[in-house]
This record gives sequence, structure tokens and C-alpha cells, in this order.
Amino acid sequence: MSALLSLENLTVEYAVGGRSLFAVSDVSLHVDRGETLGLVGESGCGKSTLGRAVLQLRRPTGGKVVFDGTELTGLGAEKMRLMRRRLQLIFQDPIASLNPRRRIGDIIAEPLIIVGVTDKAERDRRVREVMTAVGLDPDVAMGRLPHEFSGGQCQRICIARALILEPELVICDEPVSALDVSIRAQILNLLEEMKRRYGLTLLFIAHDLAVVKAVSDRIAVMYLGKLCEIAPTERLFAQPAHPYTALLLDAIPVPDPTVRPATNLAVGEPPSPLDPPSGCRFRTRCPRADRQCAAEVPPLREVAAGQFAACHHPLTGPA
Amino acid sequence: MAAPRGGRRPGAVLACALVWLALIGCAAIFANLLPLPSPTEMDLLGKRALPDAQHWLGNDQLGRDMLSRLIHGARISLSVGLLAPVIGVTVGGALGMLAGYFRGPLETLTVGGVDVLLAFPPLVFALAVTTYLGQSVLNLILVIGILGIPAFTRVARAVTLSLTEREFVVAARALGATHSRILLREILPNVALPLTAFFLLGVAVTIVVEGALSFLGLGVPPPAPSWGSMIGEGRESLDLAPWLAFLPAVVMFMTVLAFNVVGDSLRALTDPRPGAL
Repeated sequence: MSALLSLENLTVEYAVGGRSLFAVSDVSLHVDRGETLGLVGESGCGKSTLGRAVLQLRRPTGGKVVFDGTELTGLGAEKMRLMRRRLQLIFQDPIASLNPRRRIGDIIAEPLIIVGVTDKAERDRRVREVMTAVGLDPDVAMGRLPHEFSGGQCQRICIARALILEPELVICDEPVSALDVSIRAQILNLLEEMKRRYGLTLLFIAHDLAVVKAVSDRIAVMYLGKLCEIAPTERLFAQPAHPYTALLLDAIPVPDPTVRPATNLAVGEPPSPLDPPSGCRFRTRCPRADRQCAAEVPPLREVAAGQFAACHHPLTGPA
Repeated sequence: MAAPRGGRRPGAVLACALVWLALIGCAAIFANLLPLPSPTEMDLLGKRALPDAQHWLGNDQLGRDMLSRLIHGARISLSVGLLAPVIGVTVGGALGMLAGYFRGPLETLTVGGVDVLLAFPPLVFALAVTTYLGQSVLNLILVIGILGIPAFTRVARAVTLSLTEREFVVAARALGATHSRILLREILPNVALPLTAFFLLGVAVTIVVEGALSFLGLGVPPPAPSWGSMIGEGRESLDLAPWLAFLPAVVMFMTVLAFNVVGDSLRALTDPRPGAL
């Protein structure tokens, strides 16, 4: 399989009060065509920033984003605008991502107008087709305003809008975290179905490991703007290599009252990204940290087949 | 549509306001067709005459028919009141949206320019224009219109700033929409409502300002009637015939109140969701 998307040393800085905050720091990864890559991490670790940097909505300050052989980071505004129809984004808050004053039919048709489909009947046909595909009744929904729909239905509308141009890569930025638990499974199933139907590649950003586990082929774990570990889903859950991944897995609640909660959970809050620790960024909360961790930034190394971890003392060696 | 929200439902008050505005508006539009005496023809024997069958509201201090002057005055007061804020809402609205959307040097420049305009004494500006360009309805509209730009710019910029960060604008960018399309299709519909509500308040303020300028003799040149100049002329005979000043004042008060009521109701009514923006 070939990589549809690859990030090379991607860095995104924000200027905060004269200092620079590295929201994403030197991240390299790739997403193969047809694959779902899950991206997890705590709030504020840079997952969403990474998603937006891929789409050049926030221009990266360093590194490269290569999509299907084209370097997006070097594209001019107009070429990037034309490239956008091949990459799409689904947001966390489905209601806020729909213009409250436009009708659903117009919102879903908007991408077609932007790419220049001038035939009204053709637009109408495609809007109806994609609405049916995401489980909305076009006759009922088209003329309504977003506030007349529930969160789950709004997310279906957002998915329809993202899919109508038949993109190759869809970045899902916590698409189910704002939804009721009972609706999550529906939306996740819908995304899976759409992935098959439209042959999508997904970059699935979430903070909920259970959700990511359900949809991903591989999972990448981020901490404070850095990539900690990236591995196939099965492997990551069975044998995490990075202590941070292990802690995240331990923190997943077990639906069994006789199981005592894990006691070795990470202590304290993540450090301020404005003033990250030297060396390994996780060392201040890591049970295995030593002097080497404070001195050297651990590079991402292959610890087992397909499993990469940025740790001086990984939990697993080569299999 | 949304279910009725808590609080007072705009009912009778709004209806009265709309009826009053329709009445004043129709009277102003059709003033020439109405069987009215001329608003400028003087009857020096009938100075300050009390109402009778021919002059329903009596005559003013120069013997001119009050009802006719009120209705012809409505023409000037309303056209100044409506047209001047149109200048403000188009120029100010466009500047504010561009400043709030593109940020950067454009915003700095706009905000700076608006502050300069706000700091400029309005009466001095009005005096300068009437002195050098002459006294006319058009100049009056221009003066009040330009003075109204800063307020509209600020409203439009503030609303646009908060909208630009919203996901649906980011979504439009992610779809590859051009800046002009985002401004017109995503932002304008959401800025239009606060601006319209503010526009109606602007109309109310402008009618008062026109009155004040005419009262000071900087407004509409005599003998053409406007509510402000009628109050000003009525002032001279407050002791003999106080209704000459009070009648136009009451009409102006009712009209301003009606515009305010409609503006407020519009803002409350057409918000798609409570607390949406």
C-alpha cells in the first residue's frame, strides 16, 4: 500500500505573549490509502491542530505535508483551494459547524457550487443521493434549518457535506465526542459504511481510546505536541511500548465492579506546552524516567514490526 | 419554526408601532395627492388659529396649516431618517465585515479611521458642510450618514470577529470557498440581522438628530417644513400657543418610539435559536 498522506517533521507554533508554543512538534507519520489512522491524546496535546495543519487551515511553521505526491505546505493559496475538494474535515461540534441561517439543502449543495457544478438539477440529484446515503430523508430535511435537528442528525448533515465531493481523505476531528453515547455507535457505523462506499482514507482524531479502537487500523498516540507511539491497533492494545500508552490503557474503565481501578495512573496535570520539560516530554509523569530521559529527546524507533515508540525505555522489545 | 420563547410576546405594542409607521409613511408618500392646503401658504389673518373644519390642527404662527406641515415635514424627516443610516449601514457594515474577517493592517486602519471620525465634533462637521456646500436635504443626509458610519462599523466588526472563529466558517474554508463567497454566504446572513436591528435604532436617532440640526438652523432650509424646524419655530410662541411646538414633538416622539419598538422586536423574533449568536 502507498501512503496517501505523509507528514514529515511537521511543526506548528503559536506565538503566545512573545513566546512560541509548539502545539505540534516535529511529528512524522503516514496514512496509507484506504486505512483508518486513529490519533489519540489528552486535551491540548495538539491533535486538532495537527488535523488543521494537514488541511493548511493553520499553516505549519515547519516540516512538510505531502498528499498523494503533492507537497501541500508549498502550494499557493489558489492551488491549495483547488486541492481542498480531495481532503475534507468533520468537526467535533456538529451544530456549530452548520451556518444557523442556511437551509440544509443549501448547506450540502454548497461544496458543489464551490467546485462549479452549475446545473441545478444535477446538484439536487447529488444532494438527495448523499443525504439518503447518510440516512436523512431529503424530502423532509432539505428545507429545514440546522437548529431543527438533533446533534446526531447535524453530524449526519456534516458528513453528507464532507462526502458530496467524494474526497479521498477525511479528517474526523473528534466527530462523536459531542454526541450522546447512544448516538455514537450510529455515527461510527455510518462512518465505517461511508468509508467502504466511497473508498475513504480516514484520519480519526479522538481522546476516547474505546472509540478509536473500534474504527482504527493503526493508532498514533500524542503527548504535548509529540508523537509517543504508533502501532497497529491490536498490537497497541496488547503490548503498548510507550509508558504513556500503557497508562492510557490502564485508565480505560473496566465494566466489572470486582476489578479494582489501576493504581499507577499518571500523576498530576500535563506540563504547560509553553514550557515543556527537557528531553522526553512525558518524563515528569513517567514511572520509568531517569537521567537519560531528561537529557535526550527520545527518537521514534521501531520496537517491533510496525510498532514505533519514542521512548528510551520501551515496555516491549522486538518480538 | 421555533417554539415561542419565555418573556413577553411582542403583540399589541408592535402592532401599534407598525400601524403608526404605516400611517406616517403613507401620508408622507402621498402628501401631494391628499386634499391638504399648501404647507407654505401663509394666511396672516389666521395666525395661530385654533382647529376648524378647514384646518384640522389649526395654523402656525405664520398662518400655515399645521396638519399639512406635519405631513410634509414627515417626508423630510423620514427620508433623512431612512437614507442617512443607509449610508452608515452599507459603508460601515462593509468596512466592519472586511476588518473583522481579514484582520491585520486593514483592521488597524479601519479601527483607527473610525476612532478619528468618532473624535471629530459632529456639530463642527455639520457647520462646515452647510457653510461650504450649502444647506440642502442631500447635504444633511450626507452629514448624518457619514457621522453614523463608526457605530455600524463597530457592530459589524464585533459580530464578524466572533463568526470568523466559528466552525461553519472554517468548514467553508476547508471546502475551498473563496473569501468573497465566505463573506457573502456565510458571514453576511449572520451579520445582517444585528445590523438591521441597529439600523432601525439608527433611524430613530437620525430623526432626532435631524430635528436638532433643523432646530439650530443647520438642517432643511426654510420654508420647507421638517419636524425639527417646526419645533424650533414653535418655540417663539410657546407662551401663546404651546401646541405649535408640542404637536411636531409628539409626532416625532411617536415615530422614534415606533422605530425602536420594531427594531427590538425584530432582534428578538428572528433569532433562529435563543442565544445562538
